[in-house]
Amino acid sequence: MKGFLDKMRPAPEMRRILIIWFVLSVIATPLVAIFVGPLLPPGAASDAAHGQQQDNTVMTALVTPIVIALLVYFVYSFISWRVPREADVGDGPPLRGSPSIMGTWVAVTVMIVIFLATWGSYELFPGETGAGGGQGPDPLAVATPAAAKTALRVQVIGQQWQWTFRYPSFGGVETTQLVLPVNRQVRFEVTSIDVVHSFWAIQLGVKADAVPDEANVAFVKPVKLGTFDIRCAELCGLWHGHMATHGQVVSMPAFQRWIAGQRRRWAPIQKYLPPMKRTYMPQPDYRAG
Amino acid sequence: MSHRKVGALLATGLIVVGGVLFGLYISLFLQSEPTPNVIAPASAREANLKLQTVAQIGHGPTPDWVSYYSMHDGHWMHSTILHVPAHALIHVTVYEYDGQSGLRNPLWGQPRGIVGGVMDVNGKPLRVLNPALTAHTFSIPSLGVSVPLEGVGDNAPHQCAVAPCSLATAHNTITFSFRTGKPGEYQWQCFVPCAAGTIYGFGGPMQTIGYMDGELDVA
Repeated sequence: MKGFLDKMRPAPEMRRILIIWFVLSVIATPLVAIFVGPLLPPGAASDAAHGQQQDNTVMTALVTPIVIALLVYFVYSFISWRVPREADVGDGPPLRGSPSIMGTWVAVTVMIVIFLATWGSYELFPGETGAGGGQGPDPLAVATPAAAKTALRVQVIGQQWQWTFRYPSFGGVETTQLVLPVNRQVRFEVTSIDVVHSFWAIQLGVKADAVPDEANVAFVKPVKLGTFDIRCAELCGLWHGHMATHGQVVSMPAFQRWIAGQRRRWAPIQKYLPPMKRTYMPQPDYRAG
Repeated sequence: MSHRKVGALLATGLIVVGGVLFGLYISLFLQSEPTPNVIAPASAREANLKLQTVAQIGHGPTPDWVSYYSMHDGHWMHSTILHVPAHALIHVTVYEYDGQSGLRNPLWGQPRGIVGGVMDVNGKPLRVLNPALTAHTFSIPSLGVSVPLEGVGDNAPHQCAVAPCSLATAHNTITFSFRTGKPGEYQWQCFVPCAAGTIYGFGGPMQTIGYMDGELDVA
Protein backbone atom coordinates (compact mmCIF):
# COMPACT_ATOMS: atom_id res chain seq x y z
CA MET A 1 0.00 0.00 0.00
CA LYS A 2 2.80 2.36 0.91
CA GLY A 3 4.47 1.62 -2.43
CA PHE A 4 1.27 2.43 -4.29
CA LEU A 5 0.86 5.73 -2.42
CA ASP A 6 4.45 6.58 -3.18
CA LYS A 7 3.76 6.02 -6.85
CA MET A 8 0.62 8.12 -6.68
CA ARG A 9 2.42 10.96 -4.91
CA PRO A 10 3.05 13.56 -7.58
CA ALA A 11 6.40 15.12 -8.21
CA PRO A 12 6.78 18.67 -6.87
CA GLU A 13 6.01 20.28 -10.20
CA MET A 14 3.02 18.07 -10.78
CA ARG A 15 1.83 18.93 -7.27
CA ARG A 16 2.12 22.62 -8.15
CA ILE A 17 0.07 22.07 -11.33
CA LEU A 18 -2.58 20.18 -9.38
CA ILE A 19 -2.84 22.96 -6.80
CA ILE A 20 -3.17 25.65 -9.48
CA TRP A 21 -5.78 23.53 -11.28
CA PHE A 22 -7.71 22.87 -8.08
CA VAL A 23 -7.80 26.52 -7.01
CA LEU A 24 -8.80 27.77 -10.46
CA SER A 25 -11.46 25.05 -10.79
CA VAL A 26 -12.98 25.85 -7.42
CA ILE A 27 -13.20 29.51 -8.40
CA ALA A 28 -14.19 29.14 -12.07
CA THR A 29 -16.77 26.34 -11.93
CA PRO A 30 -19.36 28.18 -9.82
CA LEU A 31 -18.68 31.40 -11.75
CA VAL A 32 -19.35 29.59 -15.03
CA ALA A 33 -22.54 28.06 -13.62
CA ILE A 34 -23.79 31.38 -12.24
CA PHE A 35 -22.79 33.82 -14.99
CA VAL A 36 -22.40 31.75 -18.17
CA GLY A 37 -25.28 29.35 -17.51
CA PRO A 38 -28.06 31.91 -18.02
CA LEU A 39 -26.51 32.87 -21.36
CA LEU A 40 -26.51 29.34 -22.71
CA PRO A 41 -29.02 28.24 -25.36
CA PRO A 42 -31.88 27.75 -25.75
CA GLY A 43 -32.71 30.35 -23.10
CA ALA A 44 -35.58 30.31 -20.68
CA ALA A 45 -38.56 31.25 -22.84
CA SER A 46 -40.39 28.06 -21.88
CA ASP A 47 -40.30 25.39 -19.22
CA ALA A 48 -38.69 22.93 -21.62
CA ALA A 49 -36.11 25.48 -22.73
CA HIS A 50 -35.29 26.31 -19.12
CA GLY A 51 -34.76 22.62 -18.38
CA GLN A 52 -32.44 22.28 -21.37
CA GLN A 53 -30.55 25.39 -20.31
CA GLN A 54 -30.03 23.87 -16.87
CA ASP A 55 -28.74 20.70 -18.50
CA ASN A 56 -26.34 22.73 -20.61
CA THR A 57 -25.24 24.59 -17.50
CA VAL A 58 -24.48 21.35 -15.68
CA MET A 59 -22.49 20.04 -18.62
CA THR A 60 -20.60 23.30 -19.06
CA ALA A 61 -19.79 23.39 -15.34
CA LEU A 62 -18.70 19.76 -15.51
CA VAL A 63 -16.35 20.41 -18.39
CA THR A 64 -14.86 23.54 -16.81
CA PRO A 65 -12.30 21.73 -14.59
CA ILE A 66 -11.30 19.57 -17.55
CA VAL A 67 -10.71 22.61 -19.76
CA ILE A 68 -8.83 24.31 -16.93
CA ALA A 69 -6.64 21.22 -16.47
CA LEU A 70 -5.64 21.33 -20.13
CA LEU A 71 -4.99 25.07 -20.08
CA VAL A 72 -3.01 24.99 -16.84
CA TYR A 73 -0.81 22.13 -18.05
CA PHE A 74 -0.33 23.86 -21.40
CA VAL A 75 0.61 27.26 -19.91
CA TYR A 76 2.75 25.70 -17.18
CA SER A 77 4.66 23.74 -19.78
CA PHE A 78 5.36 26.87 -21.77
CA ILE A 79 6.57 28.84 -18.78
CA SER A 80 8.31 26.31 -16.60
CA TRP A 81 9.68 23.75 -19.03
CA ARG A 82 10.78 26.13 -21.71
CA VAL A 83 14.29 25.29 -22.86
CA PRO A 84 16.58 28.30 -23.44
CA ARG A 85 17.65 28.89 -27.03
CA GLU A 86 21.31 28.27 -26.27
CA ALA A 87 20.65 25.07 -24.35
CA ASP A 88 21.82 21.78 -25.72
CA VAL A 89 18.62 20.02 -26.64
CA GLY A 90 19.13 16.35 -26.09
CA ASP A 91 16.81 13.42 -25.90
CA GLY A 92 14.54 13.49 -22.87
CA PRO A 93 14.16 10.74 -20.32
CA PRO A 94 12.22 7.70 -21.49
CA LEU A 95 8.48 7.67 -20.74
CA ARG A 96 7.16 4.63 -18.95
CA GLY A 97 3.60 3.59 -18.38
CA SER A 98 2.07 4.32 -15.02
CA PRO A 99 -0.67 1.87 -14.02
CA SER A 100 -1.80 4.15 -11.22
CA ILE A 101 -2.23 7.17 -13.52
CA MET A 102 -3.96 5.04 -16.17
CA GLY A 103 -6.21 3.49 -13.53
CA THR A 104 -7.15 6.89 -12.15
CA TRP A 105 -7.79 8.24 -15.66
CA VAL A 106 -10.03 5.32 -16.61
CA ALA A 107 -11.91 5.45 -13.30
CA VAL A 108 -12.59 9.18 -13.54
CA THR A 109 -13.67 8.92 -17.18
CA VAL A 110 -15.98 5.99 -16.43
CA MET A 111 -17.54 7.87 -13.52
CA ILE A 112 -18.18 10.94 -15.70
CA VAL A 113 -19.70 8.85 -18.49
CA ILE A 114 -21.91 6.84 -16.11
CA PHE A 115 -23.05 10.03 -14.39
CA LEU A 116 -23.92 11.67 -17.73
CA ALA A 117 -25.75 8.56 -18.97
CA THR A 118 -27.77 8.24 -15.76
CA TRP A 119 -28.53 11.92 -15.50
CA GLY A 120 -29.34 12.18 -19.23
CA SER A 121 -31.77 9.25 -19.02
CA TYR A 122 -33.45 10.84 -16.02
CA GLU A 123 -33.78 14.15 -17.86
CA LEU A 124 -35.57 12.42 -20.74
CA PHE A 125 -38.48 11.76 -18.39
CA PRO A 126 -39.26 15.32 -17.43
CA GLY A 127 -42.59 14.93 -15.69
CA GLU A 128 -44.14 18.35 -15.31
CA THR A 129 -42.04 20.34 -17.71
CA GLY A 130 -42.06 18.50 -21.00
CA ALA A 131 -38.85 17.37 -22.66
CA GLY A 132 -39.30 19.62 -25.67
CA GLY A 133 -38.56 16.70 -27.96
CA GLY A 134 -41.17 14.72 -29.78
CA GLN A 135 -42.43 11.98 -27.50
CA GLY A 136 -44.26 9.93 -30.12
CA PRO A 137 -47.98 9.68 -30.74
CA ASP A 138 -48.74 8.37 -27.25
CA PRO A 139 -46.36 9.95 -24.76
CA LEU A 140 -45.50 7.91 -21.69
CA ALA A 141 -47.53 8.88 -18.67
CA VAL A 142 -44.40 9.90 -16.82
CA ALA A 143 -43.51 12.31 -19.62
CA THR A 144 -46.90 13.96 -19.77
CA PRO A 145 -47.35 17.29 -17.98
CA ALA A 146 -50.16 17.52 -15.46
CA ALA A 147 -51.90 20.18 -17.57
CA ALA A 148 -51.76 18.01 -20.69
CA LYS A 149 -55.51 17.48 -20.81
CA THR A 150 -56.24 21.21 -20.93
CA ALA A 151 -53.31 22.02 -23.17
CA LEU A 152 -53.80 24.15 -26.26
CA ARG A 153 -53.50 21.75 -29.18
CA VAL A 154 -51.54 23.01 -32.17
CA GLN A 155 -50.99 20.80 -35.17
CA VAL A 156 -47.72 21.50 -36.94
CA ILE A 157 -47.67 20.45 -40.59
CA GLY A 158 -44.38 20.24 -42.47
CA GLN A 159 -44.33 20.43 -46.24
CA GLN A 160 -41.64 21.21 -48.76
CA TRP A 161 -40.79 23.97 -47.87
CA GLN A 162 -43.02 25.72 -45.36
CA TRP A 163 -44.63 25.10 -42.00
CA THR A 164 -48.35 25.56 -41.45
CA PHE A 165 -50.27 25.34 -38.18
CA ARG A 166 -53.78 24.19 -37.36
CA TYR A 167 -55.67 25.06 -34.20
CA PRO A 168 -58.31 22.35 -33.59
CA SER A 169 -59.86 24.29 -30.71
CA PHE A 170 -60.64 27.16 -33.06
CA GLY A 171 -62.52 25.47 -35.86
CA GLY A 172 -59.41 23.80 -37.24
CA VAL A 173 -58.21 27.05 -38.77
CA GLU A 174 -54.90 26.61 -40.57
CA THR A 175 -52.41 29.46 -40.78
CA THR A 176 -48.87 30.14 -41.85
CA GLN A 177 -48.07 31.80 -38.52
CA LEU A 178 -47.49 30.26 -35.11
CA VAL A 179 -48.73 32.38 -32.23
CA LEU A 180 -49.03 30.99 -28.69
CA PRO A 181 -50.47 32.37 -25.45
CA VAL A 182 -48.06 32.83 -22.58
CA ASN A 183 -48.25 30.60 -19.50
CA ARG A 184 -50.49 28.07 -21.19
CA GLN A 185 -49.51 24.45 -21.72
CA VAL A 186 -49.23 23.71 -25.43
CA ARG A 187 -49.42 20.32 -27.07
CA PHE A 188 -47.73 20.29 -30.47
CA GLU A 189 -48.83 17.47 -32.75
CA VAL A 190 -46.18 17.40 -35.44
CA THR A 191 -46.66 15.71 -38.79
CA SER A 192 -45.63 16.00 -42.42
CA ILE A 193 -47.45 15.67 -45.71
CA ASP A 194 -44.42 14.77 -47.81
CA VAL A 195 -40.93 13.91 -46.55
CA VAL A 196 -39.41 13.85 -43.07
CA HIS A 197 -38.91 17.29 -41.56
CA SER A 198 -38.03 18.33 -38.03
CA PHE A 199 -39.93 21.10 -36.27
CA TRP A 200 -37.46 23.15 -34.25
CA ALA A 201 -38.80 26.06 -32.22
CA ILE A 202 -35.39 27.09 -31.02
CA GLN A 203 -35.97 29.42 -28.07
CA LEU A 204 -38.88 27.28 -26.86
CA GLY A 205 -36.59 24.26 -26.67
CA VAL A 206 -38.83 22.18 -28.91
CA LYS A 207 -37.48 19.87 -31.57
CA ALA A 208 -39.77 17.15 -32.88
CA ASP A 209 -39.52 15.11 -36.06
CA ALA A 210 -42.30 15.63 -38.59
CA VAL A 211 -42.92 12.26 -40.21
CA PRO A 212 -45.59 11.49 -42.83
CA ASP A 213 -48.50 9.51 -41.40
CA GLU A 214 -47.24 10.01 -37.82
CA ALA A 215 -48.33 12.47 -35.15
CA ASN A 216 -45.39 13.31 -32.93
CA VAL A 217 -46.42 14.97 -29.67
CA ALA A 218 -44.30 17.56 -27.86
CA PHE A 219 -45.37 19.56 -24.83
CA VAL A 220 -44.18 23.04 -23.97
CA LYS A 221 -45.27 25.91 -21.79
CA PRO A 222 -44.08 29.32 -23.00
CA VAL A 223 -43.35 31.57 -20.05
CA LYS A 224 -41.97 34.71 -21.71
CA LEU A 225 -43.52 37.09 -24.19
CA GLY A 226 -41.58 37.57 -27.42
CA THR A 227 -40.61 35.97 -30.69
CA PHE A 228 -38.86 32.69 -31.33
CA ASP A 229 -37.21 31.18 -34.39
CA ILE A 230 -38.62 28.17 -36.18
CA ARG A 231 -36.49 26.08 -38.48
CA CYS A 232 -36.51 22.70 -40.14
CA ALA A 233 -33.78 20.60 -38.54
CA GLU A 234 -33.90 17.71 -41.00
CA LEU A 235 -32.42 18.06 -44.48
CA CYS A 236 -35.52 17.98 -46.66
CA GLY A 237 -34.56 19.08 -50.14
CA LEU A 238 -33.64 22.06 -52.26
CA TRP A 239 -35.04 24.86 -50.06
CA HIS A 240 -34.49 23.18 -46.69
CA GLY A 241 -32.34 26.12 -45.62
CA HIS A 242 -35.23 28.49 -46.31
CA MET A 243 -37.78 26.50 -44.33
CA ALA A 244 -37.69 28.97 -41.47
CA THR A 245 -40.05 31.44 -39.91
CA HIS A 246 -40.75 33.16 -36.61
CA GLY A 247 -43.31 32.39 -33.95
CA GLN A 248 -44.66 34.65 -31.27
CA VAL A 249 -45.68 34.29 -27.64
CA VAL A 250 -48.34 36.82 -26.69
CA SER A 251 -50.74 37.49 -23.85
CA MET A 252 -53.99 35.54 -23.78
CA PRO A 253 -56.16 38.53 -24.87
CA ALA A 254 -53.76 39.23 -27.76
CA PHE A 255 -53.89 35.56 -28.71
CA GLN A 256 -57.70 35.61 -28.73
CA ARG A 257 -57.67 38.65 -31.01
CA TRP A 258 -55.09 37.08 -33.29
CA ILE A 259 -56.87 33.74 -33.65
CA ALA A 260 -60.17 35.53 -34.37
CA GLY A 261 -58.39 37.51 -37.09
CA GLN A 262 -56.92 34.33 -38.56
CA ARG A 263 -60.36 32.70 -38.70
CA ARG A 264 -61.65 35.69 -40.65
CA ARG A 265 -58.61 35.83 -42.90
CA TRP A 266 -58.67 32.15 -43.86
CA ALA A 267 -62.45 31.81 -43.96
CA PRO A 268 -62.63 31.48 -47.78
CA ILE A 269 -60.50 28.32 -47.82
CA GLN A 270 -61.93 26.80 -44.65
CA LYS A 271 -64.58 24.72 -46.44
CA TYR A 272 -61.90 23.06 -48.55
CA LEU A 273 -59.68 22.02 -45.63
CA PRO A 274 -59.92 18.39 -44.59
CA PRO A 275 -61.43 17.67 -41.17
CA MET A 276 -58.90 17.67 -38.35
CA LYS A 277 -56.99 14.40 -38.38
CA ARG A 278 -53.82 13.17 -36.75
CA THR A 279 -52.13 12.96 -40.15
CA TYR A 280 -52.95 13.76 -43.74
CA MET A 281 -52.08 11.55 -46.65
CA PRO A 282 -52.48 12.56 -50.30
CA GLN A 283 -55.82 12.06 -51.91
CA PRO A 284 -55.37 9.01 -54.14
CA ASP A 285 -57.79 10.34 -56.73
CA TYR A 286 -55.49 13.23 -57.50
CA ARG A 287 -53.73 12.39 -60.72
CA ALA A 288 -50.09 12.74 -61.55
CA GLY A 289 -49.30 16.07 -63.06
CA MET B 1 20.26 23.14 -54.35
CA SER B 2 19.82 19.53 -53.46
CA HIS B 3 17.42 17.26 -55.30
CA ARG B 4 15.45 16.92 -52.11
CA LYS B 5 14.91 20.68 -51.81
CA VAL B 6 14.00 20.95 -55.49
CA GLY B 7 11.48 18.15 -55.02
CA ALA B 8 10.00 19.81 -51.96
CA LEU B 9 9.76 23.13 -53.77
CA LEU B 10 8.08 21.50 -56.75
CA ALA B 11 5.63 19.65 -54.55
CA THR B 12 4.81 22.83 -52.63
CA GLY B 13 4.35 24.72 -55.89
CA LEU B 14 2.05 22.03 -57.25
CA ILE B 15 -0.02 22.04 -54.07
CA VAL B 16 -0.32 25.84 -54.16
CA VAL B 17 -1.27 25.88 -57.85
CA GLY B 18 -3.70 23.02 -57.30
CA GLY B 19 -5.22 24.80 -54.32
CA VAL B 20 -5.66 28.04 -56.27
CA LEU B 21 -7.25 26.20 -59.20
CA PHE B 22 -9.54 24.29 -56.86
CA GLY B 23 -10.52 27.50 -55.08
CA LEU B 24 -11.17 29.16 -58.43
CA TYR B 25 -13.35 26.25 -59.54
CA ILE B 26 -15.37 26.34 -56.31
CA SER B 27 -15.71 30.11 -56.56
CA LEU B 28 -16.93 29.95 -60.16
CA PHE B 29 -19.27 27.10 -59.29
CA LEU B 30 -20.79 29.04 -56.41
CA GLN B 31 -21.21 32.17 -58.50
CA SER B 32 -22.64 30.43 -61.53
CA GLU B 33 -26.36 30.65 -62.10
CA PRO B 34 -28.07 27.63 -63.53
CA THR B 35 -30.34 29.46 -65.90
CA PRO B 36 -30.31 32.82 -67.63
CA ASN B 37 -31.58 35.81 -65.72
CA VAL B 38 -34.86 37.40 -66.55
CA ILE B 39 -35.18 41.07 -65.79
CA ALA B 40 -38.72 42.28 -65.43
CA PRO B 41 -39.45 45.48 -67.36
CA ALA B 42 -39.61 48.01 -64.60
CA SER B 43 -39.86 51.59 -63.60
CA ALA B 44 -38.63 52.65 -60.19
CA ARG B 45 -41.91 51.77 -58.51
CA GLU B 46 -43.47 49.05 -60.66
CA ALA B 47 -42.46 46.04 -62.70
CA ASN B 48 -44.16 43.46 -64.87
CA LEU B 49 -43.46 39.76 -64.78
CA LYS B 50 -44.82 37.34 -67.34
CA LEU B 51 -44.59 33.64 -66.64
CA GLN B 52 -46.05 30.46 -68.07
CA THR B 53 -46.19 26.95 -66.75
CA VAL B 54 -46.09 24.01 -69.10
CA ALA B 55 -46.89 20.37 -68.53
CA GLN B 56 -43.67 19.27 -70.21
CA ILE B 57 -40.91 21.18 -71.86
CA GLY B 58 -40.74 18.70 -74.75
CA HIS B 59 -37.03 18.92 -75.43
CA GLY B 60 -33.62 18.61 -73.78
CA PRO B 61 -32.44 15.85 -71.44
CA THR B 62 -35.68 15.83 -69.46
CA PRO B 63 -38.40 16.46 -72.06
CA ASP B 64 -41.21 15.27 -69.79
CA TRP B 65 -40.43 17.66 -66.94
CA VAL B 66 -42.98 20.24 -65.95
CA SER B 67 -41.62 23.75 -65.87
CA TYR B 68 -42.03 27.48 -65.55
CA TYR B 69 -40.96 29.80 -68.36
CA SER B 70 -40.47 33.53 -68.05
CA MET B 71 -40.54 36.37 -70.54
CA HIS B 72 -37.49 38.50 -71.18
CA ASP B 73 -37.46 41.22 -73.87
CA GLY B 74 -40.58 39.77 -75.45
CA HIS B 75 -39.18 36.24 -75.69
CA TRP B 76 -39.98 33.23 -73.55
CA MET B 77 -36.91 31.94 -71.75
CA HIS B 78 -36.43 28.73 -69.84
CA SER B 79 -35.45 30.58 -66.67
CA THR B 80 -36.71 31.02 -63.14
CA ILE B 81 -34.13 33.55 -61.99
CA LEU B 82 -36.15 36.75 -61.82
CA HIS B 83 -34.93 40.27 -61.13
CA VAL B 84 -37.35 42.85 -59.76
CA PRO B 85 -36.92 46.23 -58.05
CA ALA B 86 -37.11 46.61 -54.26
CA HIS B 87 -40.02 48.45 -52.61
CA ALA B 88 -42.03 48.17 -55.80
CA LEU B 89 -45.36 46.89 -57.01
CA ILE B 90 -44.89 43.80 -59.15
CA HIS B 91 -47.63 42.94 -61.62
CA VAL B 92 -47.56 39.26 -62.51
CA THR B 93 -49.27 37.51 -65.40
CA VAL B 94 -49.13 33.73 -65.48
CA TYR B 95 -50.32 31.73 -68.45
CA GLU B 96 -51.21 28.33 -67.06
CA TYR B 97 -51.02 25.58 -69.69
CA ASP B 98 -50.79 22.55 -67.41
CA GLY B 99 -53.71 20.40 -66.29
CA GLN B 100 -55.45 20.28 -62.92
CA SER B 101 -53.72 17.97 -60.47
CA GLY B 102 -54.87 19.19 -57.06
CA LEU B 103 -53.16 20.66 -54.05
CA ARG B 104 -51.44 18.50 -51.47
CA ASN B 105 -52.34 21.10 -48.85
CA PRO B 106 -55.69 22.77 -49.69
CA LEU B 107 -54.63 25.86 -47.72
CA TRP B 108 -52.69 27.07 -50.75
CA GLY B 109 -55.96 27.39 -52.64
CA GLN B 110 -56.38 30.81 -51.08
CA PRO B 111 -54.08 33.48 -52.50
CA ARG B 112 -52.17 35.47 -49.92
CA GLY B 113 -49.67 38.26 -49.83
CA ILE B 114 -51.10 39.87 -52.96
CA VAL B 115 -52.72 43.26 -53.39
CA GLY B 116 -56.32 43.13 -52.19
CA GLY B 117 -56.08 39.40 -51.56
CA VAL B 118 -57.65 38.91 -54.98
CA MET B 119 -56.30 37.32 -58.14
CA ASP B 120 -57.83 37.53 -61.58
CA VAL B 121 -58.51 34.28 -63.43
CA ASN B 122 -59.40 34.86 -67.07
CA GLY B 123 -60.61 38.33 -66.12
CA LYS B 124 -62.70 37.26 -63.13
CA PRO B 125 -61.63 38.22 -59.61
CA LEU B 126 -61.21 35.25 -57.30
CA ARG B 127 -60.53 35.09 -53.56
CA VAL B 128 -60.16 31.33 -53.40
CA LEU B 129 -59.63 28.54 -55.89
CA ASN B 130 -61.07 25.08 -55.46
CA PRO B 131 -57.87 23.17 -54.54
CA ALA B 132 -58.86 20.32 -56.86
CA LEU B 133 -58.62 22.65 -59.87
CA THR B 134 -55.11 23.80 -59.10
CA ALA B 135 -52.26 22.96 -61.43
CA HIS B 136 -49.45 24.88 -59.73
CA THR B 137 -48.78 27.69 -57.31
CA PHE B 138 -46.53 30.69 -57.57
CA SER B 139 -45.24 31.00 -54.02
CA ILE B 140 -42.56 33.12 -52.37
CA PRO B 141 -42.79 31.84 -48.77
CA SER B 142 -40.38 34.35 -47.24
CA LEU B 143 -42.42 37.25 -48.71
CA GLY B 144 -45.69 35.64 -47.64
CA VAL B 145 -46.86 35.42 -51.25
CA SER B 146 -48.68 32.41 -52.66
CA VAL B 147 -51.11 32.22 -55.55
CA PRO B 148 -52.84 29.07 -56.84
CA LEU B 149 -52.91 28.67 -60.60
CA GLU B 150 -55.96 27.06 -62.12
CA GLY B 151 -55.09 24.32 -64.57
CA VAL B 152 -56.79 23.68 -67.88
CA GLY B 153 -59.40 20.95 -67.96
CA ASP B 154 -58.54 17.52 -69.29
CA ASN B 155 -61.01 17.95 -72.13
CA ALA B 156 -59.83 21.38 -73.21
CA PRO B 157 -59.07 21.48 -76.95
CA HIS B 158 -55.68 22.44 -78.42
CA GLN B 159 -53.54 21.52 -75.43
CA CYS B 160 -49.94 22.60 -75.61
CA ALA B 161 -47.42 19.86 -76.35
CA VAL B 162 -44.06 21.63 -76.55
CA ALA B 163 -42.80 24.60 -74.57
CA PRO B 164 -42.89 27.51 -74.73
CA CYS B 165 -46.60 27.41 -75.35
CA SER B 166 -48.45 29.94 -77.47
CA LEU B 167 -51.63 31.73 -76.54
CA ALA B 168 -53.37 29.79 -79.30
CA THR B 169 -53.30 26.68 -77.12
CA ALA B 170 -55.53 25.98 -74.12
CA HIS B 171 -54.60 28.03 -71.10
CA ASN B 172 -55.81 30.09 -68.19
CA THR B 173 -54.55 33.61 -67.57
CA ILE B 174 -53.95 34.53 -63.95
CA THR B 175 -52.96 38.04 -62.94
CA PHE B 176 -52.13 39.51 -59.56
CA SER B 177 -49.81 42.04 -57.95
CA PHE B 178 -47.57 41.95 -54.93
CA ARG B 179 -45.19 44.35 -53.28
CA THR B 180 -41.51 43.75 -52.77
CA GLY B 181 -39.73 44.97 -49.67
CA LYS B 182 -36.07 45.35 -48.95
CA PRO B 183 -33.43 44.07 -51.38
CA GLY B 184 -32.45 40.45 -51.09
CA GLU B 185 -32.65 37.04 -52.70
CA TYR B 186 -35.87 35.16 -52.09
CA GLN B 187 -36.62 31.64 -53.18
CA TRP B 188 -39.85 30.89 -54.95
CA GLN B 189 -41.46 27.59 -55.71
CA CYS B 190 -44.54 25.63 -56.65
CA PHE B 191 -46.42 23.82 -53.89
CA VAL B 192 -48.07 21.24 -56.14
CA PRO B 193 -46.01 18.08 -56.27
CA CYS B 194 -45.87 15.94 -59.37
CA ALA B 195 -47.97 12.84 -58.79
CA ALA B 196 -50.13 14.61 -56.23
CA GLY B 197 -51.89 11.37 -55.39
CA THR B 198 -48.86 9.77 -53.78
CA ILE B 199 -46.70 10.72 -50.84
CA TYR B 200 -43.80 11.25 -53.22
CA GLY B 201 -43.65 13.71 -56.06
CA PHE B 202 -41.31 16.43 -54.92
CA GLY B 203 -38.31 15.21 -56.87
CA GLY B 204 -36.99 16.09 -60.31
CA PRO B 205 -38.42 19.39 -61.55
CA MET B 206 -39.85 20.21 -58.11
CA GLN B 207 -36.30 20.36 -56.73
CA THR B 208 -34.59 22.00 -59.68
CA ILE B 209 -34.03 25.71 -60.17
CA GLY B 210 -35.07 26.55 -63.71
CA TYR B 211 -38.12 24.29 -63.55
CA MET B 212 -40.50 24.57 -60.59
CA ASP B 213 -38.16 26.51 -58.31
CA GLY B 214 -36.51 29.83 -58.77
CA GLU B 215 -34.89 32.84 -57.19
CA LEU B 216 -36.35 36.29 -56.97
CA ASP B 217 -33.53 38.80 -56.92
CA VAL B 218 -34.91 41.97 -55.39
CA ALA B 219 -32.50 44.88 -55.90
